Amino acid sequence: MSAAGDIGRRLGSIPVVRRTLAVLLVATVVAVVGPALSPHTAIDADFDRILEPPSLSGGHWFGTDQLGRDLFVRTLEGLRTTLLVAVVSSAVSLVIGVAYGLVAGFAGGRLDAVMMRFVDALYALPFIFFVILLMVVFERSFLLIFIAIGAVNWLDMARIVRGQTLSLKQRDFVAAAKLVGVPTPRILLRHIAPNLLGVVLVYLTLTIPQVILVESFLSFLGLGVQAPATSLGTLVAGGVGPLESAPWVLLLPSAVLFVVLLCFNFLGDGLRDAVDVRLGRRDTP
Amino acid sequence: MLAFTLRRLLAAIPTLFLVVLGAFLLVRAAPGGPFDEERVLPAELEANLLAAYHLDEPLPTQFLRYVGGVLTGDFGPSYGYRDYTVGQLIAQAFPLSLMIGGLAMLLALALGISAGAVAALRPNTALDRGVMALSMTGISIPVFVIAPLLVLAFGVSLDWLPVGWSGSGGISRLVLPVVALALPQVAHIARLTRAGLIEVLESDYIRTARAQGLPTSTLLLVHAARPALVPVLSYLGPAIAGILTGSVVIEQVFGIPGLGQFFVNGALNRDYTLVLGIVVFYATLIVLLNLAVDILYATLDPRIRLT
Amino acid sequence: MTATRSKPFSVFGIVLAVLLLSLASCGGPGPDAPAERVLNRGLGSAPDSFDPHKARSVQSGTVLRDIGEALLTHTPGGELTGGVAEAWSVSDDGLVYTFTLRGDARWSNGEPVTAEDFVYSFRRLVDPATAAFSAESAAPVENAEEILAGDLAPEELGVQAVGERQLEIRLAQATPYYLSLLAHTSTQPVYAPGVERHGDAFARPGNLVTNGPYRLVHADPASLVEIERNPYYWNGAETAIGEVHYHVLSQPASEYNRYRAGELDITDSVPAESFAAIREAHPDELRVAQTLAIYYYGFNVTKPPFEGNPDLRAALSMAIDREVLVERITGRGEAPAYSFVPPGLPGYEPPKLPFADLSRQERIDRARRLYDRAGYSDDNPARIELRYNTLDTHQRIAEAVQVMWRDVLGVETELINEEFQVLLANMRAREVTQVFRSAWSGTYLDAHSFLSILESGNEANLTGFANAEYDALMRRAETEANPKTRRLYLEEAERVLLSEHALIPLYYYVSKHLVSPDIEGWQDTILDYHYSHHLSFRAPD
Repeated sequence: MSAAGDIGRRLGSIPVVRRTLAVLLVATVVAVVGPALSPHTAIDADFDRILEPPSLSGGHWFGTDQLGRDLFVRTLEGLRTTLLVAVVSSAVSLVIGVAYGLVAGFAGGRLDAVMMRFVDALYALPFIFFVILLMVVFERSFLLIFIAIGAVNWLDMARIVRGQTLSLKQRDFVAAAKLVGVPTPRILLRHIAPNLLGVVLVYLTLTIPQVILVESFLSFLGLGVQAPATSLGTLVAGGVGPLESAPWVLLLPSAVLFVVLLCFNFLGDGLRDAVDVRLGRRDTP
Repeated sequence: MLAFTLRRLLAAIPTLFLVVLGAFLLVRAAPGGPFDEERVLPAELEANLLAAYHLDEPLPTQFLRYVGGVLTGDFGPSYGYRDYTVGQLIAQAFPLSLMIGGLAMLLALALGISAGAVAALRPNTALDRGVMALSMTGISIPVFVIAPLLVLAFGVSLDWLPVGWSGSGGISRLVLPVVALALPQVAHIARLTRAGLIEVLESDYIRTARAQGLPTSTLLLVHAARPALVPVLSYLGPAIAGILTGSVVIEQVFGIPGLGQFFVNGALNRDYTLVLGIVVFYATLIVLLNLAVDILYATLDPRIRLT
Repeated sequence: MTATRSKPFSVFGIVLAVLLLSLASCGGPGPDAPAERVLNRGLGSAPDSFDPHKARSVQSGTVLRDIGEALLTHTPGGELTGGVAEAWSVSDDGLVYTFTLRGDARWSNGEPVTAEDFVYSFRRLVDPATAAFSAESAAPVENAEEILAGDLAPEELGVQAVGERQLEIRLAQATPYYLSLLAHTSTQPVYAPGVERHGDAFARPGNLVTNGPYRLVHADPASLVEIERNPYYWNGAETAIGEVHYHVLSQPASEYNRYRAGELDITDSVPAESFAAIREAHPDELRVAQTLAIYYYGFNVTKPPFEGNPDLRAALSMAIDREVLVERITGRGEAPAYSFVPPGLPGYEPPKLPFADLSRQERIDRARRLYDRAGYSDDNPARIELRYNTLDTHQRIAEAVQVMWRDVLGVETELINEEFQVLLANMRAREVTQVFRSAWSGTYLDAHSFLSILESGNEANLTGFANAEYDALMRRAETEANPKTRRLYLEEAERVLLSEHALIPLYYYVSKHLVSPDIEGWQDTILDYHYSHHLSFRAPD
């Protein structure tokens, strides 16, 4: 557990990580409680106030969309969906990737070779096409989106975990545990997994923006979440139409999506610096 | 090298078979069929159509028929474009996708490597931070946001460039799609170049060379470039995938009749053979490109052995 | 060492050179402008085939009307007129049609179009081996159904050449609207030697021989179709425009951009978002006309909550403010619908929904009363599912309707957005559907084209509506020879349909085009057919 504490300390010392975490925390809180505080709801249409530009005094901070709905609340709802999909889908990829990598790395030998060959083969798939097909074939639900997106993004995680496991396996404390007859699952759980925490955390953070991109990409193609639920990708797609007459319908949700992605990317970078000293602040001569 | 190439090609066969099988099962699991629409066809007419395309046979037979066709280079007839075979459609649409994707890739490499190198040579200066901030921005803007924004800025507000795909637009019609497709990749490549170059520049042999008084340009071009570009090269695979994915959106936004458009429309209209054909085609392409990247990789970095 | 030194330069050099080269190589055609002005038309999405028998898409029809010609064709105003046939007569019992073909009708390779060509084409149309989509247009012909089913040989079809220029068509039963089917593209002749020689590929540019005012020059199925004047066309002297380019542009916004850039003379559609601005800025170039198509919400009347619940169905129908829908949501000049059959059909006056003449407030009050009577209240709201297929417009309409139902009645609506093929499968199964979005367009200029789909047992009857009175009226209309009496039966049938609220008519589709002020000869018609050879460029002042 000292590894985790160590990482935590180092994280705290990186301003970028502190700041992005703060922004993401605020964004999450606003996305979760914001809609409840607003006088508007995400589905209340006002047919007399269609495509109103943003104004603070008019009550619609982000303006209204093609149905006269408050774009601010809709953006928050979209943000909530996007964050939810990001977290759950990343978790799916985390579980698959870590389990797969652990097994392959710890087993080694022929099983490892076969499993890694399989990963290599999967890398060659035009995944996005499969995701599109999946969304076309099955009735759309949050569950399917989580699974489809998570299932696409576990390959990197599996490779990293496998590599780490391979090297950890040869370390003395694992060898010692083996010698005294600690059962394999216990070794994996007690000795290997905790030491993977850092690297897994980094890759998880790096996976999140990927997942957000895939989700919004699907939504953009009209294959994402069901209306009237919305995600940032859906909002962006809906904004392309009235681009000329009402650019805010595109610009504001895009800006929020951008900030979220930016935060996760900075966070991933910062975490990598904290965990991987080799890539740390060495660029200072 | 030859043995390596052959082995990789052999290993690709089961992969591709799985791709065909998976895609086949998926498209056939989709509800509806290629001839369904609101206007119901009389039963006998529908039966004739299904028979004409062998869609009345049991699925395994259809699958074998399809695989047999693919092995002889026949991707079958398209259901949506009934005067054409899938092979002809791919042959028509791919050059366009290739041109736009290829140009985007080249642009991304040229811009990304230059920007990354500039930043690496002046680490922690305003220039470096500027480049890195820009690249972070680039990574964080999805293609489908960039594309309409570019349209809004350069096509509509400034009115410099054509906004849509046109028969007569010439070069200018390529600019927006290519740039939109390239930007996120520029950002990735710039970051990788910078990281790689900084690491190399601080390695012992470069320090030694520098201590001997070699000029920076020689250092950079002679000694640092090759190892520094290795991470960029290893990123080529994901970059190709990224451009492929992006092209689906770009073709949609700009109305470019490329493979991505064919795929999305084919999937929605249950044009089974067209969808399968494109998946198989792209999977083969990715396998070959990844192989090419690996070979290049070994050529650039002698530490890597192809096994 | 030298080699290594030059490496980065060469990498950049190659990259740059390839970039520039590829940019230069796609420069398109040079500045050698054609002497004659080309008509550039937007086509919408991609045409599926130029084989008149296999083609199904509207886009194929548009091109086929220019490059081919059936026995009959349309005037610019949409009236039927002679195409390849210059004269025709119908027997008194309405069963035998006799056509005299023009002596100067020619294929695009100069050969004459003969009665035998039509015999060949009609047989091919119904031949099961052709697997034609549009074989329905031949359905009224004697033995057609049996041939399609494979029970008779195509040679048994009731179409025969009486002489080189005399064609006789025998029908299985009198069909009042049969002549209008003979202007349909699926009844265009195909060139027999071409079909025999090229098989499935006969409809490709280079292979395709047609008999219309134009001939196919080039087709890039997903981007561009080029046609040029057919020098052998019998009425070629009247064709003003020598070359037409159809551009495949499925998004109205890109069409509009191209139109603004002067790259299109006629668009296929108009983007909803810019409609108001266009109406403001270019009212003369915007052409909006009602068409023969209806956008409706259907009820699955075979399952709860709508089974045997006309009060709830009526309440939901009344609660929708159609005027707001067409003005604020769809916003492209659509007309609110109060009947299933769109108005404008010759010899038919559609009845209206019972509440059509009430004010909005009266409708709301009555809707609430019906809702109460059906047993719902604020404490016990109706919970319903509304299914629609994935498309921006459908989604916005559904979201608006959801709000209207909630505000007027307190209904809790769940929106379910399905991909079209999925929705179609669900609608046909009638298992999970409750309210669903659908549309219908007429294939022939007759109310029967709409009303027949709601007969019980009709496969296109997605609602499951089964009403003995309705079926009886429809059967009587189908066998009635007197057009006046037939019309009364059809109108009464629609009145029954509307009073039962098996569906909610929302709006009638409109055609909307931008037509350059340079174009002469454009007329708005309910069919939305605009033959290129009826158009011309206005002479410069």
